[in-house]
Amino acid sequence: MSEVILEVRDLVKYFPIRTGVVFKRTVGHIKAVDKVSFDLHKRETLGVVGESGCGKSTLAKVLMNLEPATSGSVRYRGKDVLKMSAAEQRRLRRNIQLVMQDPYTSLNPRMTVGDIVGEPFEIHPEVAPKGDRRKKVRELLDVVGLNPEHINRYPHQFSGGQRQRIGIARALALRPEIIICDEPVSALDVSIQAQVINLLEELQDEFGLSYIFIAHDLSVVRHIADRVAVMYLGKIVEIGTDSEIYDRPTHPYTQALLSAVPVPDPTLRGQRDQIVLEGDVPSPANPPSGCRFRTRCWKAKDICATEEPALVVREKSEHPSACHFAEVRDVVHATSTN
Amino acid sequence: MTDLLVTGEPASQAAGASYAHLLEVEDLRVEFRTLDGVAKVINGVSLHLDAGETLAVLGESGSGKSVTAQAIMGILDSPPAFITGGAIRFKGSDLLKMSREERRLVRGEGIAMIFQDALSALNPVFTVGFQIAELFRKRRGMSRADGMRRAAELLDQVRIPNAKGRVKAYPHEFSGGMRQRVMIAMALALDPEVLIADEPTTALDVTVQAQIMELLAELRRERNMGLILITHDLGVVADVADRISVMYAGRIVEEAGVYDLYRKPSHPYTLALLNSIPRLDLKGQRLNTIKGLPPNLLRIPPGCAFHPRCSMAQEICQRELPPLRELPGGRTSACHFAEELNRE
Amino acid sequence: MSNSMMSDTQAKALPHATETGAATVVDAAKSDRPRSLGSDAWRELRRRPLFIASLVLILLFVVMAAFPQLFTSVDPTYADLNRNLQPPKWENWFKFGVDGQFGYDILGRDVYARTIYGARASIIVGLVTVLGTTVLGGFVGLVAGYFGGWLDSLMSRFADIFLGVPLVLGSLLILSTFASRAHDNPSAFKIASLVIIALVALGWPVFARIMRSSVISTKQLDYVAAARALGARPSRIIFRHVLPNAVAPLIVVATISIGSYIGAEATLSFLGVGLQDPVVSWGVMISGGITYREVAPHMMLFPGAFLTIAVLSFVMLGDAVRDALDPKLR
Repeated sequence: MSEVILEVRDLVKYFPIRTGVVFKRTVGHIKAVDKVSFDLHKRETLGVVGESGCGKSTLAKVLMNLEPATSGSVRYRGKDVLKMSAAEQRRLRRNIQLVMQDPYTSLNPRMTVGDIVGEPFEIHPEVAPKGDRRKKVRELLDVVGLNPEHINRYPHQFSGGQRQRIGIARALALRPEIIICDEPVSALDVSIQAQVINLLEELQDEFGLSYIFIAHDLSVVRHIADRVAVMYLGKIVEIGTDSEIYDRPTHPYTQALLSAVPVPDPTLRGQRDQIVLEGDVPSPANPPSGCRFRTRCWKAKDICATEEPALVVREKSEHPSACHFAEVRDVVHATSTN
Repeated sequence: MTDLLVTGEPASQAAGASYAHLLEVEDLRVEFRTLDGVAKVINGVSLHLDAGETLAVLGESGSGKSVTAQAIMGILDSPPAFITGGAIRFKGSDLLKMSREERRLVRGEGIAMIFQDALSALNPVFTVGFQIAELFRKRRGMSRADGMRRAAELLDQVRIPNAKGRVKAYPHEFSGGMRQRVMIAMALALDPEVLIADEPTTALDVTVQAQIMELLAELRRERNMGLILITHDLGVVADVADRISVMYAGRIVEEAGVYDLYRKPSHPYTLALLNSIPRLDLKGQRLNTIKGLPPNLLRIPPGCAFHPRCSMAQEICQRELPPLRELPGGRTSACHFAEELNRE
Repeated sequence: MSNSMMSDTQAKALPHATETGAATVVDAAKSDRPRSLGSDAWRELRRRPLFIASLVLILLFVVMAAFPQLFTSVDPTYADLNRNLQPPKWENWFKFGVDGQFGYDILGRDVYARTIYGARASIIVGLVTVLGTTVLGGFVGLVAGYFGGWLDSLMSRFADIFLGVPLVLGSLLILSTFASRAHDNPSAFKIASLVIIALVALGWPVFARIMRSSVISTKQLDYVAAARALGARPSRIIFRHVLPNAVAPLIVVATISIGSYIGAEATLSFLGVGLQDPVVSWGVMISGGITYREVAPHMMLFPGAFLTIAVLSFVMLGDAVRDALDPKLR
């Protein structure tokens, strides 16, 4: 196992709920990220999956320090990011960067592509001397598969997939070690998704990058991730290698999630283990006591309401799973004999 | 231009009238006239649907699938859209030749539609009960009380818990999945025979998507409706469709039964598409991609629209538009080399 | 045109790509040259007849204000009581070196010459007022919208105070208070400045509000977050990312407002608290002409017509600019 470059421990982000017109008081909290812990290794892709409201996007923002964390620690190469001075944090930006979801709003429409990809060099002038910058920008455009001659064009002259490449070039400019990808292909057409995914994988090989790949599309994450963390209502409920999670899931939510994903193979109709969840996701302002998934779980017992299950390896689960009754159930492949 | 052959479906019978298919689109052509030029959005699309079957119209953005649906429903904004040719036959009668009144009556009672975003399809200032009840008041002359009662029944049919209580709720008080169910209830209120679902689950979480697709399948079975599912999701299609029409640049490039299509795609685009999607049950190596970009509809490439991106393109592909031909096994494909693909 | 229908000239293959076939030229795109949003907007504007018409008229008025001598050689202050209240001399229209085209006023001054010279006061007051309100309101709105929190609350409440005062009534109050102090023959410059100050003081909150809401929605966009993620300082974010993209609604309103401020100046002059004789503006002329509207309607009609056309042209310009800048209409 290669070295750990990012250590996240008990990361918490609560959003206060305020009422009042002139003087606002806090009446509650939205517990968007609630004690999340994981490691990221060099050259590894950690996939973070979950549905809307699970907190994965908030997690991305907190890791990038776009939102201040409520508590917890994020250690990059041993140093706690959240406790750094403002100047140190700015320098840290060179090592951890972000690729965003929507190619249509993630680029400033009034800047040329050259300016957009070159902005990191303007903000961190120590990385490249002024004369070099234009050349570096062209190189970056080339690396992501765009024509360097288009350096003076504007974002709206490019397609969605190309804009996403521009965003990737921008993230790559400072040669970061870690890139957080927040749903980088969700807004793209199916045939373009494959191009961008391949690009990300190639860049990882060439530049030794580590990715935190946040997505809701489980098939995409399967393809690109080495390890996967499954989130529900602000907590990681299961974490393991991709084959552990996809072939041998042990947490009921993971199993329900995977069984709901359609596979492009009609011969599997009726052959897979179908789990249909009842009800809606509870509000993150008022999550259930104990295990948060218990209100929709078919295995729930009394202990689930009183004792919150820890994310640990268990008797029937070789990888960490936050369920008192964790056990393997294959929901992805054909299991019934029809 | 294209020679679409209908593949031996049984003729449906209704009181007095007899027609080949419940819904039939023949050689439909639609253009968008803009300041920048004329975009040929639909160039000769033909498809058909019978009661009780699910037809999936598969394509990416720019393929024209949503415009086809809107043309069938008669809700295209004209200008800038203009229907320049073809016929849309519902139970034998051409919708494009009907008066506006007649067309309006077909909408809702014959053919209904649900959309991707329930929040913008529902009126935010009226309760859901009111919106559904309006349908009954206007079209069936029911009283408001009766209409509300029917609305509650419908909400129950789409499995909204505590339907009677929620009749008085506003759209924004429902979660995404529940709103979608409300939209389905509204669409089914007047018992249509055809339901068109335009990307109904794209904006939903995958667990909710599964619930909604199951609901649609059940309702379709109970009511023996025809369902046209418009989507780009190859997984959803594999789960629910009976037949699939694949669209590219405003044309149907392939049509086949679901098992045939996935086992042996007979058009390079379908083949490339299937090879490029990541799958839940396989951890593959590099994904095969389709090089290039979807075509600019203002200037569709000559010959076969897919040829600039096709790995099998030959010289003939640039010159001649391949017609939609029938292949053995009751399927069609618009490729000069369809037989080779079908044989492999 | 939706971008999903656009194609690029070359979708270049990756250096390490293993796909078969070289990169193909998909289509010759419209976008051969870089096209900024600004130049796009300009192209849009150029093809609208409304814009051309209003622009021509405005240029005409601006030239009139700057170089009135080009339009008339007559002295607007020259009074010949022998010809007072004489009606327009239609036969002199479109001729050079003559006067009386619009008739004469109560003091025998040439109405045409006064109308031409009157353009100066009206246009200048209108333009400078808008400049003032835009800069002041824009600045306050930017700060309030970007930084939020207590600063926003403070500034917004402060703006609300001014918003509560009706424009004309408030200006009346300000001007009558301060103008009375400058009794004897205040210069035209002083009075004009006072009018401008009064209008700016009461008008800036509208612009502040517009800017503030535009800034609030702009700062939430992804590319602003991306700039923060890169480590950009607030000054860079504000001037490079937020301001250029938030300023569009302000420009539209500012353009339309030029017209309304020209009208406001005319109103104040008409009410007697703005510019007065011997300074000439359209409002002053209308004010002077009201008493004689039955015997010599030409005193009021011609400046009134010019005023209306000027206001209308700015409103039309603002409309055209808004249509061209509106991203939803593209």
